[in-house]
Amino acid sequence: MNLPTDLKYTRSHEWVRLLGGGKAEIGLTDFAQKELGDIVFVNLPQEGDGLVPGETFADVESVKAVSDIFSPIGGTVEEINEELADEPEKINQDPYGAWLIRASGVKEGETLLSAEEYRAFLAGKEGA
Amino acid sequence: MELIFEKSREGHGCSILPACDVPVRHVGEAFARRTPPRLPQISESDLSRHYSALARRSFGVNDGFYPLGSCTMKYSPKIDEEAASLPGFAQIHPLQPAETAQGCLKVLKLTEKYLCELTGMSAMTFQPAAGAHGEFTGLLLIKAYHRSRGDVARKKIIVPDSAHGTNPASAAMCGFTVVNIPSGPDGCVDLAALKKAVGPDTAGLMLTNPNTLGLFDKNILGITRIVHEAGGLAYYDGANLNAVVGVARPGDMGFDAVHLNLHKTFSTPHGGGGPGAGAVGCRDFLAPFLPVPLVRETESGLALDFDRPQSIGRVKGFYGNFLVVVRALAYLLTLGRNGLPQVAENAVLNANYLLTRLKSRYPAACPGRCMHEFVLSLAGLKKECGVTAMDIAKAMQDAGMHPPTMYFPQIVEEALMVEPTETESKDTLDRAADVMLALYDKARSDPQALHRAPETTAIGRPDEVRAARHPVVKYNYD
Amino acid sequence: MLEAVGCRSFEDLFAQIPEQARIRKLDLPDGLSELEVCRRMESLASENKVFRTVFRGAGAYRHYIPAAVKRITENETLATAYTPYQAEISQGILQGIFEYQTMICELTGMDASNASVYDGACAAAEAAAMCRGRGRRTVYLSAAAHPDVIETVKTYCFAADVPVKTVPAKDGATDAEALQAMLAEDPEAACFYLRQPNFYGILENADALGRIAHSAGAKFVMGVNPISLGLLKTPADCGADIAVGEGQPLGMPPGFGGPYLGFMACKSELMRRLPGRIVGETADAGGRRAFVLTLQAREQHIRREKASSNICSNESLCCLTAAVYLSVLGPEGLKQAASQCYSKAHYAAEKIGAVKGFERKFGGDFFHEFATACPDAEKTLSYLSENDILGGYPLPGGGLLWCVTELNTRAEIDRLAGLLKEVSARWN
Repeated sequence: MNLPTDLKYTRSHEWVRLLGGGKAEIGLTDFAQKELGDIVFVNLPQEGDGLVPGETFADVESVKAVSDIFSPIGGTVEEINEELADEPEKINQDPYGAWLIRASGVKEGETLLSAEEYRAFLAGKEGA
Repeated sequence: MELIFEKSREGHGCSILPACDVPVRHVGEAFARRTPPRLPQISESDLSRHYSALARRSFGVNDGFYPLGSCTMKYSPKIDEEAASLPGFAQIHPLQPAETAQGCLKVLKLTEKYLCELTGMSAMTFQPAAGAHGEFTGLLLIKAYHRSRGDVARKKIIVPDSAHGTNPASAAMCGFTVVNIPSGPDGCVDLAALKKAVGPDTAGLMLTNPNTLGLFDKNILGITRIVHEAGGLAYYDGANLNAVVGVARPGDMGFDAVHLNLHKTFSTPHGGGGPGAGAVGCRDFLAPFLPVPLVRETESGLALDFDRPQSIGRVKGFYGNFLVVVRALAYLLTLGRNGLPQVAENAVLNANYLLTRLKSRYPAACPGRCMHEFVLSLAGLKKECGVTAMDIAKAMQDAGMHPPTMYFPQIVEEALMVEPTETESKDTLDRAADVMLALYDKARSDPQALHRAPETTAIGRPDEVRAARHPVVKYNYD
Repeated sequence: MLEAVGCRSFEDLFAQIPEQARIRKLDLPDGLSELEVCRRMESLASENKVFRTVFRGAGAYRHYIPAAVKRITENETLATAYTPYQAEISQGILQGIFEYQTMICELTGMDASNASVYDGACAAAEAAAMCRGRGRRTVYLSAAAHPDVIETVKTYCFAADVPVKTVPAKDGATDAEALQAMLAEDPEAACFYLRQPNFYGILENADALGRIAHSAGAKFVMGVNPISLGLLKTPADCGADIAVGEGQPLGMPPGFGGPYLGFMACKSELMRRLPGRIVGETADAGGRRAFVLTLQAREQHIRREKASSNICSNESLCCLTAAVYLSVLGPEGLKQAASQCYSKAHYAAEKIGAVKGFERKFGGDFFHEFATACPDAEKTLSYLSENDILGGYPLPGGGLLWCVTELNTRAEIDRLAGLLKEVSARWN
């Protein structure tokens, strides 16, 4: 399972890349994109929207399902990934490169996991 | 097959209208259309062939067995069509004076009377055009009712997790918050969960009985009582009425409002997805809130009553899909007092017979008898040889049958929901069972064949991902 | 079969049902033979008066329905099929709807159409819901819209707990100044809905009203008459974001109010907000062109309580009816039908308007409906009815709303004018 160690993770399968200066990128993990199947559309927020840790800020559509995406952090949406409007499949192809949003004024939520903790969490799920 | 636009030829067409018999006037430049619409230019004979070809590439109840669970694809008697096409119904303008439309008003009143008798309701509207529209209307009755009593804290609607998607969607459309309660291990409403979920913020409960697993919830009286004691109302989703029509009344089960799908239980044809009609009936304390107008009896005959100050208003123009109601009335008149219960008896018998025949291979989602429909789970088959509910369904197409409903209810893994209806003969059911049993065996011996299905239909499985990622929703002339 | 199932009688099948809920006596008449049902329905139908000549519209319009339209849509397969969820065996229905969607886009000038909703009033209400979001919620409707549309939108807004306001009309058309003033005070304005032609038949200054809506950050929704689009500027060219309307004139009889057809079309950026079913084009593994219900993730069966609309059924057979109608008429035929409506209505307006007491109520050009004064609506209509004519619709504010279509002959119009002269002489 692909789990870059420089990222933080959530139990709802989002990753955060802290960029310094209170900025961060957010995306979906490899596990998430596998579970979702072929992604056909991403409903992203608008620039300026607020983010609250644990609350949904976007959703992702596959042919037969919609899944909410939960924010790992607090802050403000600074930029959305316009490429995903035409090529949502990038999330399937490159989950850790295809960021959904870039945020500023970032405050970490308490429940962020390290790569090892997330790996253990996934193993626990599979074992259960 | 070509699109009609691809068959269009400059100069072809039909001659429909005579020349204008008054001086031709032209609309001013400011309002005039700039370029003509690119509609097909096609002769009547080519047009006729085009639609015949489309019909050949479709599947109606007249083409084969159609066991779609939750849809009640019963045969639509042709006398109903005859009735609906009578000029005395089809040519009547909705805004004709009541005295010139007494026949139409009688159709509505009679159908109301019969359907209220069948459901145990006191009043009914035919304004909603479909089941979901009926749910929307019924929930608005509940919303208006609580508001009229000043009970504005009641913002929650309870819905079981087995419910059809329209239930929570309708509740959300009415400004309610949806509370999902899990089904118990027996597939029915978990009473403990229900008791926990009700409270002073409960506006009501939406329930189908029998439910989407095809089970009649024997605790129904207790369920509606729990909701009533908490101050909420009980709403009956009538999609599954075919199981109990003429045998049990939702009103006697404790429901306060119901919607009926005339295109399901009452045989009006599905038309490829509509038009239907979603009649909504209610107890008399909710009647003041019904959409306006209602048909009322006066000394001088029937009239449309617009003077209803507490009404929720309109959910649609005019009075509903009237010609659909005509079909339902013809059906009701044909069956009558003795025929209607036989519908339910035969629907339930046919379903149980088919289930019994399939049981040797297909695991039922719930043990024991079913009502008018049943759910099979192909989770085991998938684990064993990788063949899914989708694969079995597609292979059934190759056998000339319409597949059952796939992947619903969501609480059953690899679900196939089967509803034969009462208008199928034992021979048809036996043949369907033989086909499905053979497919199960084939799944184990040659799973690849099922993954390839369907192979004899107009197209193979379409690329739905591409359709959703890059939607093309009209013909591109350029 | 009962034996195979392990039951002795039908009673065993219903053992789960509590006694209190069992029907022991149904108060319904006995069932009837087909001949008896036929007679009964004919008898009910005969209690309705089929007027030989109709001059009434007000939301339900009598047009000539070509024979091919009726016969083709009677096809049993097309009439009894279910929703085309199983694409492989439903290519016919799906292609039929795709063609309908294309035709609606051609008529309206829009980029995307859905597979229809229940009727024009519901289409308007669903369009208003599409415009909600990002702090915008208030719905503005022209008071010159169809009263049923206003009522329906109000009910849908009551459901969603959002405000709805009507913009007053002046001399039979929307008051642009009032619209400007109302929108200026409301940063939450989501959309402005305009009917074209409006309820009084008048052609509104759509471009200007649309500009006002846009300057206030609201979307512009136009409710349009599909026959009129054979002649009139498209809603897209008027600047509309969403075009909706009542499709009944496209081959459906008046039928005492239904079933009708609500069409909805919009610009491409709003496509994913369209409610209801949409047919899309794709291919199968063999590369064959294939049609499929798409963008289903918007819909209730997937989104459940997060769906933007609960709509499940459409008016599918009515879509096919409209598509066949538009194909039989073709671009020339539709233009001809529209032009005859326009010409005959103007001819009638001159003849009727010349009769004392029946002067036109409003100025401004119109399509096929116009309002006139009337000395005594009840007596006038009653007299016309004796002459087998359904006269204009009596307006709540006084006067009659006349409708003339390609079905009305010159002779019928002349006769009408003659009868009105008699009315005028008697009761003016």
